[in-house]
Amino acid sequence: MAQTMTIHFKIWRQSGPDAKGKLVDYTLDNLNEDMSFLEALDVLNETLIHKGEEDPVEFDNDCREGICGSCGVVVGGIAHGPMKATAVCQLHMRHYKDGDTIVVEPFRAEAFPIVKDLVVDRSAFDRIIAAGGYVSVDTGGAPDANSLPVPKNDVDEAFDFATCIGCGACVASCPNASASLFTGAKIAHLAHLPQGQAERKQRVVRMVDQMQAEGFGDCSNHGECEAVCPKQISIAAIAKMRREYLRAVFG
Amino acid sequence: MTPRNTRDKPDILSALASPVGKKALTGVTGLAWAGFVILHMAGNLSYFGAGEAYNEYAHKLLSLGPLLYAAEILLVVCLLIHAVLGINIYLGKRRARKRGYDVYRSAGRPGLQSPSSRSMILTGVALLVFLVIHIKSFKFGPGIAEGYSLLVEGEQIRDLKRLVTEKFQHPLYAFGYTGVMILLGFHLRHGAWSALQSLGAMNRRLAPLVYGIAAALAVGVAVGFVALPLYIYFSAL
Repeated sequence: MAQTMTIHFKIWRQSGPDAKGKLVDYTLDNLNEDMSFLEALDVLNETLIHKGEEDPVEFDNDCREGICGSCGVVVGGIAHGPMKATAVCQLHMRHYKDGDTIVVEPFRAEAFPIVKDLVVDRSAFDRIIAAGGYVSVDTGGAPDANSLPVPKNDVDEAFDFATCIGCGACVASCPNASASLFTGAKIAHLAHLPQGQAERKQRVVRMVDQMQAEGFGDCSNHGECEAVCPKQISIAAIAKMRREYLRAVFG
Repeated sequence: MTPRNTRDKPDILSALASPVGKKALTGVTGLAWAGFVILHMAGNLSYFGAGEAYNEYAHKLLSLGPLLYAAEILLVVCLLIHAVLGINIYLGKRRARKRGYDVYRSAGRPGLQSPSSRSMILTGVALLVFLVIHIKSFKFGPGIAEGYSLLVEGEQIRDLKRLVTEKFQHPLYAFGYTGVMILLGFHLRHGAWSALQSLGAMNRRLAPLVYGIAAALAVGVAVGFVALPLYIYFSAL
């Protein structure tokens, strides 16, 4: 029989993009330790809807199995919460003790404007991708399997960087609100593959430029992004981005 | 949704002003200064050398003439670029997140956030202020004209050793210098490894090694620098 627990939440409530927000206290005393953190928020929202006094707490989520990159809030001061290598949907209440207080805030960055409560607009990432995070391929029949051999080491490197789900935790956790890990992961992923060679130089220049235009801060190499990344993407991606950029400009 | 249209090969100035260019410049100029402080520290340690090693070393440096001026100009230019970019990155970070978190915590390893990485702007500004005072006290301090001179092999040279010995008998100089050199250690702890990461000279295998070497370098430089003032102060008591 799962333990019932009481948890005190302090949740950021903000009615709209330009509204003034504040942390609001909520206490739930019938939580189950097997619940996920997002399920606990679901329970809170059910309660709020039943009471009918205020709107439910808005938060982004979709697959709830750590692969879509939709969810993401700052829990107890850490993007996606205290567990390593997980998105916040994989955080469970069993990691907390009965009576704990949990502060929940949205990802904070000027480039990620708050839409409502814990929901932020991450379309800046889409624009960085649109600037160059793609490969142009001819349409037609599917190519034969293995017609484009790629060395194992390159595949492994590329795949590690390709695991980025674009959740934005790197920006949220960065003391400078920099998007270097996200942008670096996309650039490093494609730079390691033969399909990425044609647009290799223009890609890095355009994506870095778009990253700057979106108003993200500059990287200070704190490496905090890697620590919160649900896919544990190494800041080697950022070093790779810099090599690619310097090569494109001076090479 | 349309990304803004950009040049695919930016000119050199906009490339250097890009997020990558700014970091690369900060790294290169920082490494130039790291090289300088290591040489300076080695020079300081010649104080403990036999005879007039310290004064002779200082004299040899001065007799380099134009070469020394070139090095000094290079260092000043590097310092200006490094300081301007550092302040620019600090101000940019405040613009990029105007409202901070009510609660913020580091997630720890493999992140490298540390008191040293978080205080680069503070240690940097402290070092800049110190540098001005330091150059005024020693480089432009009393020399041959003020009687700080001695004869070595028939040549009149500046007695820098006497000036240094006198200055560091004063607790304000001895401990102020010691304090700032500890800050330099902190600045190098993050800066030395960060410079290489900024230049892209890093991968997953190399990073832990370089991060460790940076720590050793930071401690080594700080210890090397504080040895002189503390030795002079305590041996004069």
